[in-house]
Amino acid sequence: MPEREQKRRPAQREEPIVEEEEVPASTERADKLKAEIDVLLDEIDEVLEDNAEEFVRNYVQKGGE
Amino acid sequence: MALVKVCGIETEYGVLVISAGDMSPTTASSLLINSYVSRLERKIGWDFEDESPQRDARGFAREGAMPPEVETHLVNAVLTNGARYYVDHAHPEYSTPECSNPLQLVCHDRAGEVILARSMEAARRLLPPGEEIVVHKNNSDGKGNSYGCHENYLIDRQVPFARIVQRLTPHLVTRQLFCGAGKVGQENVGDSDAPVEFQISQRADFFEEEVGLETTLKRPIINTRDEPHADPQKYRRLHVIVGDANLAEVSTFLKAGTTAMVLAMIEDDFDNGRDLRLASPVAAIRAISKDPQLSTVVQLESGERLTAVELQWELHGLARKYCEEQGFDFIGGDVVGSMVLERWEHVLQGLETEPESLASEIDWIAKRRLVEGYRDRHGLSARDPKLSALDLQYHDLRPEKSLFARLDMERLVDPEEVETAVTEPPQTTRAYFRGRCLQLFAQAIVAANWDSVVFDIGQDPLRRVPMMEPLRGTAQHVDALFDHCTSPAELLTRLGS
Repeated sequence: MPEREQKRRPAQREEPIVEEEEVPASTERADKLKAEIDVLLDEIDEVLEDNAEEFVRNYVQKGGE
Repeated sequence: MALVKVCGIETEYGVLVISAGDMSPTTASSLLINSYVSRLERKIGWDFEDESPQRDARGFAREGAMPPEVETHLVNAVLTNGARYYVDHAHPEYSTPECSNPLQLVCHDRAGEVILARSMEAARRLLPPGEEIVVHKNNSDGKGNSYGCHENYLIDRQVPFARIVQRLTPHLVTRQLFCGAGKVGQENVGDSDAPVEFQISQRADFFEEEVGLETTLKRPIINTRDEPHADPQKYRRLHVIVGDANLAEVSTFLKAGTTAMVLAMIEDDFDNGRDLRLASPVAAIRAISKDPQLSTVVQLESGERLTAVELQWELHGLARKYCEEQGFDFIGGDVVGSMVLERWEHVLQGLETEPESLASEIDWIAKRRLVEGYRDRHGLSARDPKLSALDLQYHDLRPEKSLFARLDMERLVDPEEVETAVTEPPQTTRAYFRGRCLQLFAQAIVAANWDSVVFDIGQDPLRRVPMMEPLRGTAQHVDALFDHCTSPAELLTRLGS
């Protein structure tokens, strides 16, 4: 989504220390989360069901409750 | 003064049979549960004496509506942790024992996941190689079939039902902001619906009415099933059917915690005079779900227009004021109560400023990050079946397949406590009495249910011990009793005196 692309910020590490302190905690957190998702996306194909289309098609449940 | 919000969650799990001929989902669910239960020393059946799911809280009879079914012939067990584990329709269902606060409930809801995962392992050992029964903690198959995750809350019978409908509905419509489990695409699409790539709630597509008794068709936001499983003169068990099954502990915690607070305010008639009734709750729950950008504005009956986040801020502000005045006794004390208020505030702030920052706390945000990250990386179209497969696999309870398990989501409960909750009941509700009876005297128990335990001590008639008070039979009440009883007969004698 374009909006998410815009939120991606340049690496904070190269900034002077003084400015780094001004980085909101939520951005650091977002960077950490971004790094985590990249690792997961790297390995996800190994875990994902082989034939996604067939898997999704065959996933039929009866209604419940 | 509001009653302690005794609460529980019943989850119907999605069940998938992998290459096992034409085994029906009902058979698969039975096999799954039996595989687990048969490892235990003795199976205790469920007692249906007091089941009346067709009774309506509004006090009138059904007119041609479908009676909810209770299938007595299928496997139906009570566990030593006080939970009920059974086949409902064509799904394995796990009902947590009664809990006295939302954090304890998170622990017992997680224990249910552990039990389902162990059931899969046990069933795998019984089935031929390559065959498997797989369980998903989700609410929809993506093809228009939904199964539920219901919450239950103890409330005072004196509270007028109309007040519950008026003041709880705005919360049930908007709380999906933090307890939606996320869904790729949409179901039950109307002609005028614009296509949706991703929505907040698994369940919103399936709600068609504001108030009603049904759970399987024309599902209502407020369910009126009047089956207290407790003293019917004093109590109501509010049966909330509108929620998603959550894997994220923060989502489960807030789902139960915020709802308990709103219900306590309703019980005490605590109000700031602002009328938050929605003009069209059904349209609102769907519109909010279909807008993960969170900009949708819904209209109140008063004509005022506000976003779901703004409506939640109203409820949060009211709850904070209520708790300042009344304290946190109704929700398990200061620690848990202030944890609910603080986390609720933190999440609303996050939703307002940067929803992505909540990706390790809230299910729908975690799932969306995964789905969109994968889509962007591989340049997939929004309709690629791989994205639907990701959605399903987020909920897979097999440790090696679960995508949720790989996300390093925030935990609120120690895994050791969860392990304990697999076999041990909560100490602070009547579930303790039920669980301890099963641990100590299983041979003498012929059946149990929410409000009684039935003993056979070799003499006619069978002896039923009623438990009509959800907050009696706690460790504090009965530990000394159990310490002094060496046989079920002795227990019954002491209880009778």
